[in-house]
Amino acid sequence: MATNRTVQLRVNGVEHEGTVEVRKTLSDFLREDLGLCGTNIGCEHGVCGACTVLMNGETVRSCLLLAVQADGMELMTVEGLASPTGELHPIQEAFREKHGLQCGFCTPGFLVTTYKLLQSNPNPSLDEIKEWLAGHLCRCTGYEDILESVKLAAARLRGESDAPQPLPKSS
Amino acid sequence: MKPPRFEYYDPRTVEEALKLFTDQPGESKVLSGGQSLMPLLNMRLLRPKAIIDINRIESLKTVRPWNQGLSVGAGVAVLAIETDRQFAERLPILYDAARHIAHPQIRSRGTICGSIAHADSAAELPALAVALKAEMVATGSSGTRTISSDEFFISYFTTSLQPNEILTEVRFPAPPEKMAWSFLEVSRRHGDFAMVGIVTGLELDPTGKQIKDARLVYFGVGPTPVRLEEAEQALVGQAPGQPAFQAASDVASKTLDPDNDLHASADYRRHVAGALTRRSLDQAWRKLGGN
Repeated sequence: MATNRTVQLRVNGVEHEGTVEVRKTLSDFLREDLGLCGTNIGCEHGVCGACTVLMNGETVRSCLLLAVQADGMELMTVEGLASPTGELHPIQEAFREKHGLQCGFCTPGFLVTTYKLLQSNPNPSLDEIKEWLAGHLCRCTGYEDILESVKLAAARLRGESDAPQPLPKSS
Repeated sequence: MKPPRFEYYDPRTVEEALKLFTDQPGESKVLSGGQSLMPLLNMRLLRPKAIIDINRIESLKTVRPWNQGLSVGAGVAVLAIETDRQFAERLPILYDAARHIAHPQIRSRGTICGSIAHADSAAELPALAVALKAEMVATGSSGTRTISSDEFFISYFTTSLQPNEILTEVRFPAPPEKMAWSFLEVSRRHGDFAMVGIVTGLELDPTGKQIKDARLVYFGVGPTPVRLEEAEQALVGQAPGQPAFQAASDVASKTLDPDNDLHASADYRRHVAGALTRRSLDQAWRKLGGN
């Protein structure tokens, strides 16, 4: 039985193919083989949420999947949020403005889950936001600011005219 | 590389999976959602010779009506409880409990059968299986057999599945039509394993003045889910209301024998079990029109 396999998958709209050892986790594959280091690896047993990505539209822990299991799947990592020209996604804008991060280690997971939450529920209650984000740990005690960030992002994505406008770009 | 070396197989049929599995009894592990097995591999607490990934077996991904209830294949994720209407319609207590089962990022992969086969004593699904009197379908090389939930859970992470058997299906019969349910748990963080949890069923006689039947199943308080018949008996025949609920709560606090661990002391668990007994009975009673 071969210990290596070829996998083909689509990440952030780009087709990738690679040969991996079957025991390699998806999170390591994304970082080491595809160079997508935005996905951070924290606890490696599914508790911290830093490695969360979308697979076929659902949030998953990439540390709890083998790369071979993602063969044929469609993924989105945090790198898929900003536009190809580097314009931040409204969720990222909101996290920046509301100080939804300090060290930033947990942020990729929070952003990906927020993206999925707002896609399925554009107007979540505070409790719903908390329930979705409970699967993520932030050790810089930034939870209040993270909740503010998600609320702001939600308001802007709903196109509410009274939502505070994004800060002007620094030149 | 975190997990130890293993051979990896992803069969397309149950027969193929069984052959691979029984070829090396005790040396291979079945991988379904991976939310328990992958951490064990990443931490190298397990070093199986082979991993048999059943995620590509389409026939296991079905939820179908069974005996007024539902039959759930081994490939069905916990998330299905929220997205497949059949659960809300036929097994509303599972639907109510679903948001307590880990986090959305875990429910998307973790499977219903996987949680039951893993048999973590603090997990929600094994307790729900006991409360709903589910049947586990074990498939081995010599055929299938069904195991009742009373006989399935043996101890911590230990079930009556044989080394050459795979849990391929769990069947939840419809609960008694007039039984009202409540699901409560106390955990450090929403979605974490429960320090103490309870699944409660309550049924009144046609006059509504007497308790006809009750089910009280606790989790996080022993090696397996604990059905407390003593506390159930304390309710049957009584008038619904605080005195009866308090009596059942006292029985629970006295009878349960939980462990001390990092998360909570045994005393604290007994206290919480009593409080949850009262609260969940009250909640179920309200659903039946009580106050």
